[in-house]
Amino acid sequence: MAAISREEVAHLAHLARLAVTEEELDTFAGQLDVILQAVARVGEVAAADIPPTSHSVPLTNVLREDVVRPGLTREEALSGAPDAEDGRFRVPRILEEES
Amino acid sequence: MTTDLVRSSAAELAGLIASGEASAVEVTRAHLDRIGAIDSRVHAFLHVDDEGALAAAADVDARRAAGETLGPLAGVPIAVKDVLTTKGVPTTAGSKILEGWRPPYDATIVRRLREAGLVILGKTNMDEFAMGSSTEYSAFGPTRNPWDLDRIPGGSGGGSAAAVAAYEAPLAIGTDTGGSIRQPGAVTGTVGAKPTYGGTSRYGLIAFSSSLDTPGPCARTIEDAALLHAVIGGHDPADSTSIPAPVPPVVEAAREGASGDLAGVRVGLVRQFAGEGAEPGVVAVFRETVEALVKLGAEVVEVSCPHFEYALPAYYLIAPSEASSNLARFDGVRYGLRVGDDGTHSLEEVMSLTRDAGFGPEVKRRIILGTFALSSGYYDAYYGQAQKVRTLIGRDFAAAFEQADVLIAPTTPFVAFPFGSRTGDPYQMYLADLFTIPSNLYGGPAISVPCGLSDGLPVGLQVMAPTMADDRMYRIGAALESVVPQLVPPAL
Repeated sequence: MAAISREEVAHLAHLARLAVTEEELDTFAGQLDVILQAVARVGEVAAADIPPTSHSVPLTNVLREDVVRPGLTREEALSGAPDAEDGRFRVPRILEEES
Repeated sequence: MTTDLVRSSAAELAGLIASGEASAVEVTRAHLDRIGAIDSRVHAFLHVDDEGALAAAADVDARRAAGETLGPLAGVPIAVKDVLTTKGVPTTAGSKILEGWRPPYDATIVRRLREAGLVILGKTNMDEFAMGSSTEYSAFGPTRNPWDLDRIPGGSGGGSAAAVAAYEAPLAIGTDTGGSIRQPGAVTGTVGAKPTYGGTSRYGLIAFSSSLDTPGPCARTIEDAALLHAVIGGHDPADSTSIPAPVPPVVEAAREGASGDLAGVRVGLVRQFAGEGAEPGVVAVFRETVEALVKLGAEVVEVSCPHFEYALPAYYLIAPSEASSNLARFDGVRYGLRVGDDGTHSLEEVMSLTRDAGFGPEVKRRIILGTFALSSGYYDAYYGQAQKVRTLIGRDFAAAFEQADVLIAPTTPFVAFPFGSRTGDPYQMYLADLFTIPSNLYGGPAISVPCGLSDGLPVGLQVMAPTMADDRMYRIGAALESVVPQLVPPAL
C-alpha cells in the first residue's frame, strides 16, 4: 500500500504554498512514497517511554540584557525587497474588494 | 612562485606573510589567478570577489607595515560557502529564490574571519539550501570533482571542498547538517570538520535545519582546519544555541597528534558501520586505516551502537520538518524573487507562484515531506518518533564513549559517483549521509580525514568525538596524517 497518495501530496503542497504543476505532482508522489516507506522504519524502535530530543544543547530561555542596540536601518531592511513603497514592503492586495 | 603559493598550507602562507617573504596581496593574487585559470572547469565558485579580496589583503599588508600584531591566519585567503551572509556580496544558498540578493549584514563567522584578517575570495557552490550530497541540486549547475571532472564533489558543500582540493583556496568554510562538510571532504581527499553543535555560530547562516546546522572548517591539512576552527569557534550571544564555553584546544591537539603517538588512546570501531552498507573498496581502505591506527599505538575496541541504523530515517524526518518551517520565510515579500505580481493574483497566489518558481525539486520534496511529518494525525508516528530515536542515538554515543575516547567509521559509503547516477532516486542520494548523520543528531564533533584511494578516488576516515571534545578528533587526524601519504589530485 502506498504511504502517501497523489491527492495528499497535492494537499500538502497547497498547505506549504507551493503551486506545483501536474507534472511535478506525478513525479513527487512516487518519490515521496519511496522516501516515506524508508523513513517509516523509525516506527520499529520501541520508544514509548523515551523522552524526545529537540536539540542537543542543554540551554533553555537564553536571555540578554534589555538594552537598545543598533540594528538595520530602514533602507538596509528594504534593500533586498522585490517591491517597496513609502518606506514599507509593498505586497499584492490581501483583502478582496467589496462587490 | 605562484604555483608554490597556491599549493602551500594556510599555516605556511601565514608564516610567509608574517616574515615578509610574501605579501597578503601576492598570496591573494596567486589564488585569484588560479581561480581564473581553472574554475570554468571546476565551478567551485558562484561569486568571486576580486576587488573585495584584494582590498582586504592590502589592508592586512598595511596593518603589518604599521607594526600591528595580527592573528595566526592574517592575510590567508579563504572561500565561504554561499549559505553564510556576506554584507553587500551576493548570497544565494544555491537557490534561484535568492538570486541577486546582497545581504545587509555579515554572518558572525564571516565577521570573525574579517576581524582575524582572513581574505574572503568569494562564495562557493552548494546544493540548494544545503539539501543534497553532490551539488547537482544547485540552481546554478554542479561543481566538478578535481579528481575526475565527470564525478560529483560531494555535497552540499561541494564547492568549498573542490576549491580546497583544486588549490583555489587553502581554506574554506562549510556547513554540516547531515554530513555536508565531511562527505565532500572525503570524496575530494580533503579535511572537513564538523564542530560540536553550538560550538560555531549559526547567526547569518541561512537556516535549513536549525537543531543540526553547524558551520566548520575545510582544509588540506589537519593543522589548517584546527587553526580555522579556533578563529571561527566560540560563544556568540546572537545565537541562542551557542555554547557559552571556550573553544576546545584544537590547535594544540593537532600539533600533539602530529608526533604520531597514539599510545593510550582508545578508538572505538562502530560495529554497525564497520562493513555493512559501504562498497568493498571503501571497506578495504578503512581496514588498512584501522591497522595504521594500531601501529600508531591506539587501542582499537569494538563498540555497538544499535540505534545508528535508524539515524538516517530519523534525520530524514527531523531535517525536512525543520526545513519546511524555516523555508516559510521565502514568501516573495522581504527579499529575493517575486513571481505573478501583475495585479491579477492575490498575495497568497503570488507566494505560491514565487515558491514554485524559486525552489528546485529537492527543496520542494523536503518541504512537502516535512509538512507531512508535522501534520496532525502523522506527527506522533513520524516527527515525534524520530525525536525519540534521536534520544536513543545520543544514549548509544554516551555508552560507546564509556569504552572509547573516539569512534571511527568510513566517512561515506561510496567514493565520488558519476553525475546523474543518483538524482533519479532521491533515497539513493540520501544514503551518502549514512555514516555522518549520527553525529549531527547527537551534536558531537566529527571530522573526515583523507586516508587512501580506492580505484584512484579518495576515501575518508571519520573520527567522532564526545560533545565539546573537538580536540580529540584533531589529535587522531593529525597522527593519521603523519603516516598516510598526502592525496594529490591529477593536474587540471
